Amino acid sequence: MSDIISIRDLSKTYSGGFQALKHINLDIRRGEIFALLGPNGAGKTTLISIVCGIVNPTTGSVTIDGGDIIRDYRRVRAMIGLVPQELTTDAFETVWGAVSFSRGLFGKPPNPAYIEKILKALSLWEKKDNRIMTLSGGMKRRLLIAKALSHEPIILFLDEPTAGVDVELRQDMWQVVRDLRATGVTIILTTHYIEEAEEMADRVGVITGGELIVVEEKAELMRKLGKKQLILRLSEPLSAIPAALARHELELAGDGQSLTFTYDTHAGRTGITSLLEDMRSAGVGFADLDTTQSSLEDIFVDLVRSKR
Amino acid sequence: MNLHAVKAIYFFEMSRALRTVMQSIISPVLSTSLYFVVFGAAIGSRMAQIDGVSYGAFIVPGLIMLQLLTQSISNAAFGIYFPRFTGTIYELLSAPISPLEIVIGYVGAAATKSIGVGLIILGTASLFVDLNIQHPFSMLAFLVLTAVTFSLLGFIIGIWADGFEKLQAIPLLVVTPLTFLGGTFYSINMLPPFWQKVTLFNPVVYLVSGFRWSFYGISDVNIVASLGMTFVFLLVCLGVIWRIFATGYRLKA
Repeated sequence: MSDIISIRDLSKTYSGGFQALKHINLDIRRGEIFALLGPNGAGKTTLISIVCGIVNPTTGSVTIDGGDIIRDYRRVRAMIGLVPQELTTDAFETVWGAVSFSRGLFGKPPNPAYIEKILKALSLWEKKDNRIMTLSGGMKRRLLIAKALSHEPIILFLDEPTAGVDVELRQDMWQVVRDLRATGVTIILTTHYIEEAEEMADRVGVITGGELIVVEEKAELMRKLGKKQLILRLSEPLSAIPAALARHELELAGDGQSLTFTYDTHAGRTGITSLLEDMRSAGVGFADLDTTQSSLEDIFVDLVRSKR
Repeated sequence: MNLHAVKAIYFFEMSRALRTVMQSIISPVLSTSLYFVVFGAAIGSRMAQIDGVSYGAFIVPGLIMLQLLTQSISNAAFGIYFPRFTGTIYELLSAPISPLEIVIGYVGAAATKSIGVGLIILGTASLFVDLNIQHPFSMLAFLVLTAVTFSLLGFIIGIWADGFEKLQAIPLLVVTPLTFLGGTFYSINMLPPFWQKVTLFNPVVYLVSGFRWSFYGISDVNIVASLGMTFVFLLVCLGVIWRIFATGYRLKA
């Protein structure tokens, strides 16, 4: 898959001296869903804003489909749709008027049939003549997506697309994003709902303190950095871990009813067999067992903590 | 040239004027009509002619100019300030559109609205006084040139302002006094010599004088000077706007 966005040595220092981005290098592949994760203030919105032309970079370059975002801004920006984090709309305009305005602004001739298609896909068709001020928060969020899609972009930036959105609408939006990807649109989303990235992203980037600390295939990231745990519910409670089991990485629950064994799934030997043998020798029996795997959220938290 | 974008901005702004027709059109027409009633009919009937023109007719160009300046500034200032205030400016900044196209869209719409108001006031004035426009093309040229120039000034104010108070400050505290002192209701030749010279530093004098010349062939200052000063002001505004976009002042971090 070829790259559609190339970011090289991108830095941003605001006039107050705050360095929001530090030497970012990143390639986004054509047609993928890329999730940019990071805590608040990590630099996610600044990065998106630079790519979209809203914020000037201090150093570095960004090319989109081979065109520089500053020198070739007309061609480049026409390819991009942006859904901002804030629900920023012209409250007095109608839904239809606002989406039509966006299409014209991005240099496209009027196409009522296309606007109708978008509004129907986003369940806004019934509200097309309503003023934006009468819409609910979720509808406004969908309106922003409709505006961003109005000029048929091939790259879509979604900055915290489901912030403040209820669970049902969130599922609907994920479906919209998947449908878009199916049509070949490249999607970059920032989020701090990790489950959103886990659900949808092909690749994940983690940014904190203005630095991009990880860029990896989601599945690979979870495989590499994920941990697996075996939880053994004991037949009899223990007051302490017996000396015979001391060589294993074990943790005894506060009530003494279970032992948790953390192991590396990629190691040649996980150590499970020897643990179970040692337990039998020590006379420690178990009534039930369970395994858990760390989520993307666990990995994200570990990564961000390790960087602090 | 992204003509679709220019059209989108232009018609978006024009539709806003239609939504707020009370504020955009009816209000300036009503206030100007009141000026005619008070100064034209009630007081004007007791005043002597000025340079052979009745007082009621004399103040028509000045009153049109007064509304043209304030409307041009407020339309353009609000047009660009509103998206900054609501945050929808992100869309403008991320669109494939040049600064020139943005200015044409916003300033074009603001100037169109204020010219419309000016022409409506002219029509209203003709109900109160006999009007004789000696140089109609010059009148239209001054109307358009002034509307564009002050819409550019309004655009600058709309970018500079960081609150509604500042948005109102320049029109209320600077432009209105300059207009009232710029010969709207009198000929500057009626002033003592010292104040006549001071008044020449007021740019509005040149606009009102040139505009009045196109109606009655009389002027306080030379018509070429009027036209020249208007062009100078236009170029200054264009230069400031060019600088704003070059630096991203108040628009881009």
